[in-house]
Parts: sequence; structure tokens; C-alpha cells
Amino acid sequence: MSLRVSELRVYYRTLKGEVRALDGMSFDLADGEIIGLVGESGCGKSTLGKSLIRMDGRMHHVGGSVELDGKELPIADDRRMNDFRFKEVSLIPQYAMSALNPTRKIRKMVGELLKSRGAALDAAELERRMDQVGLPREVLDRYPIELSGGMKQRMVMVISTLLDPSLLIADEVTSALDVSTQKAVARALLGFRDSGYVKSMIFVTHDLALTHHIADTIMVMYAGKLAEKAPAHVIVKAPRHPYTKLLLDSLPEVGVRYSERRLEGIAGSPPSLLHPPAGCRFRDRCPLAGDECAEEPPAVEIAPAHHVACWKA
Amino acid sequence: MMLRLDDVTKEFRIGAFGGKTVAAVRSVSFDVVPGEVVSLIGESGSGKSTIGRMILGLNSVTSGAITFDGRPVRGAKEYYRHVQGIFQDPFSSFNPVFKADRVFAMIKQSYYPAVPEQEWAERVRSALRDVRLNPDQVLGKYPHQLSGGQLQRLLIARALLLDIKLLVADEITSMLDASTRIDVLNLLAELKTRGLGVLYITHDLSLGNYLAERTVVLRKGGVVEMGLTDKVFGDPLHPYTRELLSAVPRLHEEWGDAAAVDTCLYHERGAAEGLLEAEPGHFVACAQLESC
Repeated sequence: MSLRVSELRVYYRTLKGEVRALDGMSFDLADGEIIGLVGESGCGKSTLGKSLIRMDGRMHHVGGSVELDGKELPIADDRRMNDFRFKEVSLIPQYAMSALNPTRKIRKMVGELLKSRGAALDAAELERRMDQVGLPREVLDRYPIELSGGMKQRMVMVISTLLDPSLLIADEVTSALDVSTQKAVARALLGFRDSGYVKSMIFVTHDLALTHHIADTIMVMYAGKLAEKAPAHVIVKAPRHPYTKLLLDSLPEVGVRYSERRLEGIAGSPPSLLHPPAGCRFRDRCPLAGDECAEEPPAVEIAPAHHVACWKA
Repeated sequence: MMLRLDDVTKEFRIGAFGGKTVAAVRSVSFDVVPGEVVSLIGESGSGKSTIGRMILGLNSVTSGAITFDGRPVRGAKEYYRHVQGIFQDPFSSFNPVFKADRVFAMIKQSYYPAVPEQEWAERVRSALRDVRLNPDQVLGKYPHQLSGGQLQRLLIARALLLDIKLLVADEITSMLDASTRIDVLNLLAELKTRGLGVLYITHDLSLGNYLAERTVVLRKGGVVEMGLTDKVFGDPLHPYTRELLSAVPRLHEEWGDAAAVDTCLYHERGAAEGLLEAEPGHFVACAQLESC
């Protein structure tokens, strides 16, 4: 088992009180597995990604534990986490454009970064990995401003994985890219896993269709909790949680003729996480909601590797 | 014919003293008729937003002409009575220190000063109901108290209060969640039954496919393919359109590679300028193969 997250709770401190962005998440991630983490804005998916590598000042760890390759990650301790960052856990941030130091040429920046981690730059290895994502060698002697968005994104991918981390968190890495670049970046990510540069990956996104092409397992979050987790094709073909079903039904696709046929959205909006309601958090928007939903549904394994948190599943 | 673009070109001056020019839009011609949604599809830098801004009179046209009901576009008050734009970021479209419904009061002030308060309030409420908003939930709120979907719908309601004929919707759903985005799209689809023309600018092919009768595919400022959505998406002729379509992740299909284009239909049929009408209502540009 590569990563084991149990009952993780991370809240944000605000003037009005605590926002329960991540409220009891548990899941396992195996070696070589890519988990696609999907959900709408504010569901806690980015909070989960951030918690595993660096919590910002407003976040605090309320409960639960994270274990990576048998060792507990000290996620609440910013200083101790430093030993894990980049080597064991690494991140590809959403805005690669602003992740690179604008005053350094790429080669120098990579060298400095590795030095700060006590590692030496293996130029041949770096170039091999750049070839793999289709970046020309000249990129190393350029400033970030001279690269396009897709090139910067791929450069950051190469840099983030240089020390072969066990876990890679890819946070919305393709959402600022054009469709054709998105495909190249997504395939490069798969290549990294297949070449063993990273053992396992959490691919955070809001795009279900894209996740389906990358992830082995898809995990759907709603309002700080796990709604459903299953192999990617099961989520797409046979979802059991009403939220997953409605979400899939609201996605327009190319290759389908709609003419006058209309899809439907999900009425209402997610609950405030400042004072989340008791019971199932999807209850107010759920067409199947009944009396038992006043009690919180546990995540149950209804079929092998298929977990659903719903009384009606 | 309501909106017509005729050979429209836009050049921007760049460089320290504006010494160089870059063509953002190159000889684009198409039209939008009442009661239809036309989607303008392109990747970043394709010039799609520049076209939207030119139609709204926010950018000048370098050459060519944009006409609305036969008259050239001027960014004048009467023009905006009929043509309105909605943009990507709903949070920056509103003044954060004013209550969101102040946009309605501003419409009354400049366009309908003679309408009595009572009647105006009723019009506002009915426009809000038209966009599936509960007036009591949104009136009197500040923008930060409303969701992105609610704000975008407020802007559509604002346009409906005017004598609107054409709506330019520039990426209006790209900041919304999947579950609420579809409601805004359905609303746009409904507008066309009222006889409105909608120019829907997007980078997302699946949304264009869902909504539009006709599609215009742009690349680097020029049209590569346009026509009925069914034809452009069902039987793409240009290699670029095929590449775009194959790059869209689909739920029930594997990611394939685009089928290659062997011969350039444009040159094969002997077209020399503009676009080739490959079949009725389906236009394509040169495939730019090596043999061209």
C-alpha cells in the first residue's frame, strides 16, 4: 500500500468560524495506481491535495492520519514535512506559469532547486525526461517567459518528478490548457507512471471525462466528504451514488446529436461548510432523499473496490 | 440577416513603439440570424474573443465591415439596446461594492427613465423568473453573496430587460461547475426560441456541439471550417478540426488519434480564395498539406 489516508479532517480558520473543507476522508492508494479526484468547486478536492504536501496558514489538521509507504506523514508540521516534499511527495501546481522563477534560466533554476535538496543535477536524466514529454533541449537555456503555457506546464512536470517521488499530486494541471495540449500533458503524466518516475498519483480535476482517460480509480467528493470511489470505468458506466449519476447526466459530449434534447443540471447548490447540516450533505439536492438520509451514510464497499456513501445505493 | 461580418481583419500594434503589427483576426466572414446559436470555437490566441469584442464595439475593426441589421456597428447607446455581451468572469463583471441588482437600476436610468418604478420592479422580477432565479433570493444581495451561476444569469436577465436581439456570450460557462453550467446553457438555448441570436464563444467543443446550430472553427485568427454543427462535428473536413475533435476527452470512447486528411479538398476542387463550400452549408479552408 503506497498511501493510506484515514479519517482525515482539515478545517480552515475564518473569522466566522471553522470551515470544514475536509471532513473525514479515508482512502487507500496502491503502488502504480492513479486516482482521479473529481468534484465541484468547494468540495474539498484541492484541500485534500494541499494537505498531503503543504498546508497553508489558514488550514489546520483536526484529525485523522496519512501514511505513505508505511511511514506517517507529519502533515501538520510544516518543518518536518520538508524532509518529504519533493523526494517522497511532490506537487504539480495548477498555475505552472507562476511556479517557475522568472529571473532564472530553467537550467540554473533546476540546479539550484536540486542543490537545496542535497541532490546533484543529472543532466542526461533531465534531458531524457524532457524528450519524453516532447520538450526541446533549448528550453533549458531559456527564461520561463519565453515558453508557452503548455511548455511551462510540462517543464514543471519534469522538475516536480526529478527525484522520483512516491506520490505525485497533480492539481488541475490541464485546466488552463487548450484541448490539444491537454491531451499531450495527460499522456505525459501516464508516461511518468509507466516509466516508474512516480509510484502513484492523485489527479485532481473538475473534468470527469478527462479523468476517465487517465485514472485507474475515480474518487468523487461532495461537500468535504467521499461520495463514491470505484474503478474509472465503473464510475462512468455504472455509478451508484445519486450525485455521480446526476453529474454524469449533466455533461454534454461531442459525437452526440442533441438537437432539441436538453440535459439537466442539479438544482440547488452545495451546503455551506461553515455549519454543514447533519446527515447526508447531498440530501437537499437529491431526488432520492428519504428519512434515513437525516443520518450520515457511511462509505460502504458494495462491490470489490466500489465504495459508496449513500443509503440508497 | 441580423449580424454580418464581411472580410473582417484586426491587427494589433505591438513592440515598443508599435512598430510591428500582428493579425489577430484574418478575413473572417460569417453571419448570425435571429433565433439561432452560432458557436465560435478556437484555442487560445485564435482571435475568438477579439471577434466578440469587435462585434460589441469594444475594439475597432482594421479592415472589412461588421454590420448589424444592415448598419455598421457603432458603440452607441442605441446599439447596446439590441446587442449585449456577457463575459467569462462573473465576479469581475459586477462592481463589488454595489448590490448586484443595481445593474438593473442602471438600465432603467439610461434606457427607460419614463417607466414607473412599480412597473419596472415587476419587469425585473419577471426577467429574473425567466432566467430561473428566485427574485427574493437575489435582489438586494452583493455579488460576493451570489454564486457564479446566479451572477451570469443576472446578466442574462439584464440583457432581457433591454430590447435585445443579439447576445455575445464569451466563455460564460467556463468558470461554472458542471452541474450548474448546463442550466445556463439551457437558458441560452431557450433565448433563441424568443427570436434572439446568440454568438457563443467557447474553447469547449462539447458545449458548442450541445448548443449551436452552426459552428465556426477558428485557428490563428482565420476560419478553418464552418457550417451546420452536425456537419462540422459529424464529418470534419479540415485536419485541424479533426485534431481538435480527437483531443476532446469523451466519456464512453477511448482517446483516439485524428484520421489523417490525404488530399486537400480545397485545392482538389480548385478553390482559390476564401473558403470552399464543400457541400451546401459546409465551408472549409485549405488543409495546408505539403502538397498545397
